[in-house]
Amino acid sequence: MSDLSMIEAVLLTIITASTPLLLAAIGELVVERSGVLNLGVEGMMIVGAVMGFAATQATGSPYIGIVAAMIAGVAMSLLFGFLTLNLMTNQVATGLALTILGLGLSGMVGEAFIGQPGISLEPIAIPGLSAIPFIGPLLFNQDILVYASYGLVIAVYFVLFRSRSGLIIRAVGDNHGSAHSLGYSVIKVRYLAVMFGGACSGLAGAYLSLIYTPQWVEGMTAGRGWIALALVVFASWRPARVLVGAYLFGAVSILQFHAQAAGIALPTQLMSALPYLATIIVLIIISRSKTLAKVNTPACLGKPFVPDR
Amino acid sequence: MRIELEKRAEHSQLMTVVSPLIAIGLTLVCGSILFVSMGYSPVEALYAYFIEPLTTSWSIEELLVKAGPLILIAVGLSVCFLSNSWNIGAEGQFTMGALGGSIIPVLFYDFTGPMALPLMVLMGMLGGMAWASIPAFLKVRFGTNEILTSLMLVYIAQYILDFLVRGPWRDPDGFNFPESRIFDAAHVLPKIGEGRLHIGMIFAVVAVLVVWWMLSRSLKGFEIKVMGETPRAGRFAGFSSKGVVWFGFLVSGGLAGLAGMAEVSGSIEQLTPVISPGYGFTAIIVAFLGRLNPIGILFAGLLLGLSYIGGEAAQVSLGLTDKITRVFQGMLLFFVLACDTLILYRFKLVSNANRVKEAANV
Repeated sequence: MSDLSMIEAVLLTIITASTPLLLAAIGELVVERSGVLNLGVEGMMIVGAVMGFAATQATGSPYIGIVAAMIAGVAMSLLFGFLTLNLMTNQVATGLALTILGLGLSGMVGEAFIGQPGISLEPIAIPGLSAIPFIGPLLFNQDILVYASYGLVIAVYFVLFRSRSGLIIRAVGDNHGSAHSLGYSVIKVRYLAVMFGGACSGLAGAYLSLIYTPQWVEGMTAGRGWIALALVVFASWRPARVLVGAYLFGAVSILQFHAQAAGIALPTQLMSALPYLATIIVLIIISRSKTLAKVNTPACLGKPFVPDR
Repeated sequence: MRIELEKRAEHSQLMTVVSPLIAIGLTLVCGSILFVSMGYSPVEALYAYFIEPLTTSWSIEELLVKAGPLILIAVGLSVCFLSNSWNIGAEGQFTMGALGGSIIPVLFYDFTGPMALPLMVLMGMLGGMAWASIPAFLKVRFGTNEILTSLMLVYIAQYILDFLVRGPWRDPDGFNFPESRIFDAAHVLPKIGEGRLHIGMIFAVVAVLVVWWMLSRSLKGFEIKVMGETPRAGRFAGFSSKGVVWFGFLVSGGLAGLAGMAEVSGSIEQLTPVISPGYGFTAIIVAFLGRLNPIGILFAGLLLGLSYIGGEAAQVSLGLTDKITRVFQGMLLFFVLACDTLILYRFKLVSNANRVKEAANV
C-alpha cells in the first residue's frame, strides 16, 4: 500500500467515526440555541439506532431504516418536550430520564436482533467528482448520511445566522421574556427545536447501526451522545466549530485502532478511554477561557419558561 | 376547553407525599400495557415481577442485597442534588470505591488482622471521594460543567477496572480468567444471618439516619438547602458556594465508594470486569423517587431493588426478558418528574369563553 492510499484509508475511518458525533451535535446545537438543554441525546440516539436497524431488517431498505430512526428520535424528543415545556420539569433530570429510558427501551426492542447480520447502507458516488484521485473517494463517494451531515451544518448556519427564523430561535434562547412580549410563541419554537434535535440524534443512531457497525449491539452508542453534548460546548454554540470538533473527536476515537495496527504497545483500555479523557480536557480548556464559554452561551439555557398571563 | 397549569401559592404538602405514589401507579399501568402488547397477561406478569419475589425469604434477602448499594449511593446524591450540583457519575465513584477497597485483599492478601476490614472500608470511601473530587475541583476552579465531566469519568473508571482485572490484578492461579484472586475470609464483610445478606445494608441504614439528621437538624443541612435554592441569599449569609460544591461531591463520592467496596467485599468477594448492574444510574432514580429525602430514599431504594429481583424472577418464571427492568426504571423516573409538577402547580380547566373574559378584564 502506498503512503497516499494509507493516509486515505485513515481519513476514511475518521469520517466514519466523526459523522455520528457531528449529526447528534448539530441537532443539539439548535436545541440549546433555543434555550433548552436536552441531556437525553444518548437515549434518543440509541433508540434511533435500534429502530433504524429493526425497520431495515423488516423492509430490507436502509433508507426506510433511516426514516424510522428519525421518527423514533422525534418521538423520544416529544416526551422530553412535553415534560420540560408543558409540565416545566427540571431539564437536567428529564434529560437523564430520557437517556435511562432510551437505553432500557433499546435493550428490550433490540434483544431479538442480537447477532443478526445487518444490511449496510451503500455509498453513493457522485459522477465525475468521485473519480478525482485522493479527494474523490474521500469527499464524493460517501453514503447519504455523510452528505446529510455536511448539508445540515451549512443549513443550520444559514438558518441560525442568516434568516429571520434563526433570529427568532436565538431570541427565544437568549431572552424568552422579550421574545414572548414580541408575540413569538416560546413554547412552539422550543418544541420545533427539540424535535429537530431528536431527528438529528435519530440519524446519528441510524449511522451507528447501519454504517459504523451494520448490526445491533446493546449499548452501541457507548457515550457518543454525551460526547456530542460536550462538543456543543466545545464549539461555543457555533455550527462550523461543531464540524471541526466532531472531526477532532472522531480522529481521537479512531486512533486506538491505527495505534494497534502500527504496533504501539499501550494498554487497549487506555486507548479506549482516550475520547472520554479528551472530552474532559477540552471542557477544561473551554471553561478556562471566559470569552469562549460566556459570550456565546444562550442566556436562557436550561431555564423553564413560565408564561405569565 | 383546555387544561392550564396554575401556580400554587405554597408547595402542596399532600402532593409531596402523593405524587411519587401516583408515579408508581402510572408506571404500573404503562407496564401492564407493555406486557399486553408483548402477549403476556398483565396480572400474571406484574405478580411475577412485584409480588412473587416478596413471598420467599431467599428473595427478600436478595432484595436487601440489591437495595443496599442503591440506598447508600442515592442518599449521597441527594445531598449533592439539593445543593444544586449534578453529580451523575456515581457509577464511576462506585467503581473506584470498589478498587480502593480491593487494594488490601488483592495486593496485601497476607494482611488479615482485625484492622483489615475497617481499613478497606476507609480506602473504599477514599477511592470514591478521590474520583468525585475531580469534577468538584474542575467545577470550583474553572467552572467546568460537572454533568459532563462526572459522566465521562464513569467510562474511564470502567476501563481502569477492566485493565486491572485483565492485567496486573488478575488472579495468578485463575487460568487466565479476567478476575482477581478470591478475597480471604478476613477481607469479606460479615454476613447477617445464613444467606447472602451482608452488613452493607447496615451501612445504608446508618447513612440514611446520619444524612437525615444532618439535612433536617444541622446548620450544614440548612446551608446546603439555601445554597441550592437561592445561592445569592446564601452568599449574603456568609455561606461558601465552593464549600458546598465540595461537600456535596465528597459526601456522594464517599458513599458511592463505600457502596462499591461493600459490593465487592460483601457480595462478589473478588473483582470482575463487571461489578454493577448500573447501581450508580439507578440510584439517581432512587434519589428523585425518594424526593431527595433520606427516609423517602430508603423506601425508594427497596422498590428499585425489587425491580431488579422482579426482573430476574419474571425471566425465570415467564421467560420475560430482564431488559424490561430498565424500561420500568426509566418510565418510573419520567412519571416521578412529571408528577412533581403537581407539587408546585395545579391543573385548571379553562374554557375559551373564560379566557376571553379574563383578557378583557386585564
